[in-house]
Amino acid sequence: MKHTEKEMQSLREDINQMWKLVISQLEKAKQSFLKGDFELAREIVSREKRVDAFELKIDSDCENYIALYNPVAVDLRLVLSLIKISSTLERIGDFAEGIARHVIDDDCNKLSPELIEELLIEKMFDTVISMLTDGFVALESENTKISGKTMAKDELVDEIYHNALNILTDFLQKNPACIRCGLKMMLLIRKLERIGDRCINIVEEIVFYIDAKVLKHSGKNKP
Amino acid sequence: MIKAKNVNFYYNDFHALKNIGMEIAANTITAFIGPSGCGKSTFLRLFNRMNDLIDGTRLTGTCLLRGKDIYDKSVDIDRLRKNVGMVFQKPNPFPKSIFENVAYGLRVNNMGDKKYIAQRVEESLIASALWDEVKDKLKKSAFELSGGQQQRLCIARALAVSPDVLLMDEPASALDPISTSKIEELIHTLKEDYTIVIVTHNMQQAARISDKTGFFMLGELIEFSDTKKMFLNPEKQETQNYITGRFG
Repeated sequence: MKHTEKEMQSLREDINQMWKLVISQLEKAKQSFLKGDFELAREIVSREKRVDAFELKIDSDCENYIALYNPVAVDLRLVLSLIKISSTLERIGDFAEGIARHVIDDDCNKLSPELIEELLIEKMFDTVISMLTDGFVALESENTKISGKTMAKDELVDEIYHNALNILTDFLQKNPACIRCGLKMMLLIRKLERIGDRCINIVEEIVFYIDAKVLKHSGKNKP
Repeated sequence: MIKAKNVNFYYNDFHALKNIGMEIAANTITAFIGPSGCGKSTFLRLFNRMNDLIDGTRLTGTCLLRGKDIYDKSVDIDRLRKNVGMVFQKPNPFPKSIFENVAYGLRVNNMGDKKYIAQRVEESLIASALWDEVKDKLKKSAFELSGGQQQRLCIARALAVSPDVLLMDEPASALDPISTSKIEELIHTLKEDYTIVIVTHNMQQAARISDKTGFFMLGELIEFSDTKKMFLNPEKQETQNYITGRFG
């Protein structure tokens, strides 16, 4: 393996580690939310620094790669994609931390478990975790066909989000004393919806890298 | 401006160029890249018939300049080389003064009187971004100039006779980065008035200065496309392997 290829391999290993860490943060966010596990939530908050550190390292390594090796064609597309993917993963990490802080705050206990279930938050968690995993697999296998499924999953996330908005609106009209808790819950659901959008951004970067197609703002988010 | 159709070229039995077709528009910079021995310099030299000077060479196909076959028997080769100037890898000033180097082509082609020649020398040195550095020492030997200045002098010499096309065979490969940068900037400026074709081993140079790039390998033109496209998303796997350094 040439030394330039080793450098690229090292970059890919870093992004993979960051990706696994962010998936793990999201899985823990789900567990901590569903079980009200404060310890797990605190662990997420403390591990967020590692996500940030990965972003800084990948940014710096990508800058060095561009400066030292002048990549072109597929190599240039990969480096550009990695810079954006690491930034997006960092944002998803922030959302996971935000969910953990919601758990830690623990100042809202007026929403019943039945309502939480009706909002399909667990399904939303599972779907965005699966979308993030799809992106990981797509980059690893360099296969953009997987990314088509991710796009479909985002539509499901959006649907759950809009339904949740309606359900919470009805609930709060009948229970105005719960407005603060309802708004906080909506903010949490909004975070999950945004994670779905960020996963789509990642897929767009992978399609740019592998197929040299720009899906961003094209209105046809299909590779 | 330039059009090559079904061009095959042979050095004795060696088939150096295989069925090449290409169109080069006026006032553009076209770069040829490819590994050593791929045929890019041979193809470049076809356009001012420099290959005619080599024994045992043979050409089939057509090379057109402004729609006229430059290999037609009626073509005056001296006139062709006036219209299609050439700059080589190593600066090759004549053992004459700076002024006389630039005036040389004008004198041998009987182009104008003393006043006109002086005017063209100045214009050419200005166009080649050398005037400010040499205007006070025009009678000094060209050999007193630095390598980068000598190369710009050779470009001025080619420009003096008002060519349509400028062929450059690795014009900056023997120069330091500062001189290279000056030559590249100069090439970029000259595009307004000339059609430029450049052979380079420096792919970043091709990417920086050219509008279109042709990638040659083993005598074939593998890909010819917009430079931006070639360096971001080449069509052919061979091109990608070469420009990313994965090809031997």
